[in-house]
Amino acid sequence: MMTIFTKEFNDFLNSLIGYVAISVFLTGVGLIMWLFPDTNVLDYGYATLEPVFTVGPYLLLFLVAAITMKSFAEEKRSGTLELLYTLPFHTLDILLGKYLAALSLVMVALVPTLLYYVSIYQLGNPTGNLDASGILGSYLGVLLLSSVFIAIGMFCSALTENQIVSFVLSAFLSFLIYQGFEAIATIDVWGSWSYYLEQLGIMFHYENISRGVLDAKDFAYFIGTSFLFLLMTLLTLESKR
Amino acid sequence: MSVRIAQLSKKFGSQKAVNEISFEAKKGKILGFLGPNGAGKSTTMKMATGYLFPTSGDVWVDDVSVTQAPLAVKQNVGYLPEHNPMYLDMYVREFLLFIGKAYRLSTIDRKQRVEELIAICGLKVEQHKKLHMLSKGYRQRVGLAKALMGDPSVLILDEPTSGLDPNQLIEVRKVIKDISQEKTVILSTHIMQEVEALCEDVVIINRGEIVADKPISELKKQTGTRRVRVTFERPVMEDSFDSLREVQTEKISDTEWVFSSGEDQLRNQVLTLITTQQLPLSTIQDVGGSLEEIFYDLTQSKEVKS
Repeated sequence: MMTIFTKEFNDFLNSLIGYVAISVFLTGVGLIMWLFPDTNVLDYGYATLEPVFTVGPYLLLFLVAAITMKSFAEEKRSGTLELLYTLPFHTLDILLGKYLAALSLVMVALVPTLLYYVSIYQLGNPTGNLDASGILGSYLGVLLLSSVFIAIGMFCSALTENQIVSFVLSAFLSFLIYQGFEAIATIDVWGSWSYYLEQLGIMFHYENISRGVLDAKDFAYFIGTSFLFLLMTLLTLESKR
Repeated sequence: MSVRIAQLSKKFGSQKAVNEISFEAKKGKILGFLGPNGAGKSTTMKMATGYLFPTSGDVWVDDVSVTQAPLAVKQNVGYLPEHNPMYLDMYVREFLLFIGKAYRLSTIDRKQRVEELIAICGLKVEQHKKLHMLSKGYRQRVGLAKALMGDPSVLILDEPTSGLDPNQLIEVRKVIKDISQEKTVILSTHIMQEVEALCEDVVIINRGEIVADKPISELKKQTGTRRVRVTFERPVMEDSFDSLREVQTEKISDTEWVFSSGEDQLRNQVLTLITTQQLPLSTIQDVGGSLEEIFYDLTQSKEVKS
């Protein structure tokens, strides 16, 4: 597994797509945080990183779709999946190696946003007046969210040989699961079911964690959903052999 | 070490790509695995290397089953796939080191093994290039180096010489011949001269079924037809050959004829006739009884029947 992990991570660092995706993500987050009139914290007046964590997921969705789109699609198109399958690797090694490499890359993309924490910390009045544990929770939330998005992205990549199809599909599916259930739940036909429908979506759980409320149920949701999509990826890959 | 393929089948949807084939490859020999395009050669090899899962049947590499213990088999089998897929963005050495890592070689062993293979496969000149910059012949050598990385006891090579120029062809064949001494090699190819040059045994497969599984020498005996192609400098009368008994004459053009019969001495027969009649001989060539012909007979006649 480590062999695949190292290779995949190096691939990200050697390829343009990784850098482009990360820079676009960071630029986007920076603009939202500091510049855009509707969302920037300077006008908002509160010492908080909230904009990063409310709008961030939408950017993250594209970032993750971009870094996972080639994971299996490209290997299938160029035939290198045959290479991997005929080397002494377990399919699970390949899957988890790729998954962890993508997760690590997302972490790399998130590291620079810690600077915002430092800035806000300094800007607070009095200095240091911000909800540190809430922010820690939010970072955890973003990581769990990325995990689900990556699993979705890899699943979409396993479905097709075309990276673009994989990108569009995974961005859409991620969006649907992130916000779709919440939106559908607001349609006035569900009655009391709308509560459960809402719980199927990511947002419901993400908001809990973002507030700094660490509930086992929310963790179970994120880990379970990631697991489910990874399992579906595995089944998709194996069914084609 | 031997490879035993037992009642192996693969279905893609309703189409049977490989239908209950069984054969064995013995140690120290190169087994030629032949068949027309789409006969199921690659599919069989992909199952033997653990890429595809058989619909039924199994492949045993030294009594280890590929369906039961795929990792153990993969560790022991070197495979050069037909299109030789590789990460073209990698450097030669980087790619080989990655493969070495996959075979769980320690850092020191890995480096040493890569150097060895670069020497064996003649990659010295190109070792600092990226894979996508290499010509087909050199990529094929990298593929071969990859297949040899784990020092496997079984080598499965899917058309290893396709697309190579004549010089590369000879070199790659030489490498294969050299390494085959203590290994079991299964080699698929379309080129019959290659089979004659390298292999002792052949398995011919057509439409997913085995049509021949014999040493080359026996296979040649089995199809006893001899053919001789003769060209003349000037047109020759048709009745010149009437005296040849039990020989079929086929006129290709006024100056070109093909004679066929079951006689081993056909060529001499024809030559004698030509000298006695003082015909203007230009060239005479044995074409019959060749593997190409046998291949054609075995794979083509089947098609007509079905």
